[in-house]
Amino acid sequence: MTLPDLFFYLYAGVCIASAVMVIVARNPVHAVLFLILVFVNSAGLFMLMGAEFLALILVIVYVGAVAVLFLFVIMMLDIDFKQLRQGFLRYLPFGLTVGVVFLAELLLLAGGWVVRPSVAKNVTAPIPTDVGNTEALGLVLYTTYIHYFQIAGVVLLVSMIGAIVLTMRHRSSVKRQNIAAQNARSPETAIAVRKVTSGQGLREQDSAEWVQ
Amino acid sequence: MTVGLGHYLSVAAILFTIGTLGIFLNRRNVIIILMSIELMLLAVNINLIAFSTFLNDIVGQVFALLVLTVAAAEAAIGLAVLVVYFRNRGSIAVQDINLMKG
Repeated sequence: MTLPDLFFYLYAGVCIASAVMVIVARNPVHAVLFLILVFVNSAGLFMLMGAEFLALILVIVYVGAVAVLFLFVIMMLDIDFKQLRQGFLRYLPFGLTVGVVFLAELLLLAGGWVVRPSVAKNVTAPIPTDVGNTEALGLVLYTTYIHYFQIAGVVLLVSMIGAIVLTMRHRSSVKRQNIAAQNARSPETAIAVRKVTSGQGLREQDSAEWVQ
Repeated sequence: MTVGLGHYLSVAAILFTIGTLGIFLNRRNVIIILMSIELMLLAVNINLIAFSTFLNDIVGQVFALLVLTVAAAEAAIGLAVLVVYFRNRGSIAVQDINLMKG
């Protein structure tokens, strides 16, 4: 067994164990931390397969953005997670049955499956050997697949706008400065000169009239 | 036994199954369900990159990049919906999501 094989088993083992912990952890914060471990170990698997760019993107996007977003939401919302965990054991037998059957089918498929030899001749864009993975990806991503790249950008833009539209709210209790209205004020709207009768002073009905 | 395509596919299959199981087991907790969906998308990505490497075709990695983008967008939108829902109802239990009487 060579060193890369050893690392494969290390990454795969930690990855699967952490994935199990994600779904059985009592505390959702722990679940997110195990999710981060899954992502980091998957990045190791990507690295072993030679997809270095995607491995680092996985660390940056998932660990740096998505996992932190999960943590942020969990800590921001005041949720009773004890109550949410009810029914965990009730669904366990059914879930395990479905899971085992599904996994057995998938593994049978993966185990008894071979690549047809003619597939190797029909490769769309062979991985170049003279440049690195990042450059090789860029060579096809910005030329042949430029439209996919742009669609990915549009998807991100739409999701950004969608998240902002969903979560932004105008609270009527908060007073905000209206700069245009302030600048449009003139002396006529701002002050009024009134004659106060000598010896009488201010009366209630006068002040009620002045305050508009 | 040297590590080949089958090994990576098996890891991806196990991860995908764990993601499915997570949805079954945590039927009340939307946050864990979203995390399970992330696990399933990660398994799909491992599949795509494994085939890309072992068939020597870089298009699989381009597609994995797209899946990564969509997964990030989905997480952002899903959590935004969750925050709005919690603000309106004060709970994120899946059983309480019946405003539309579906």
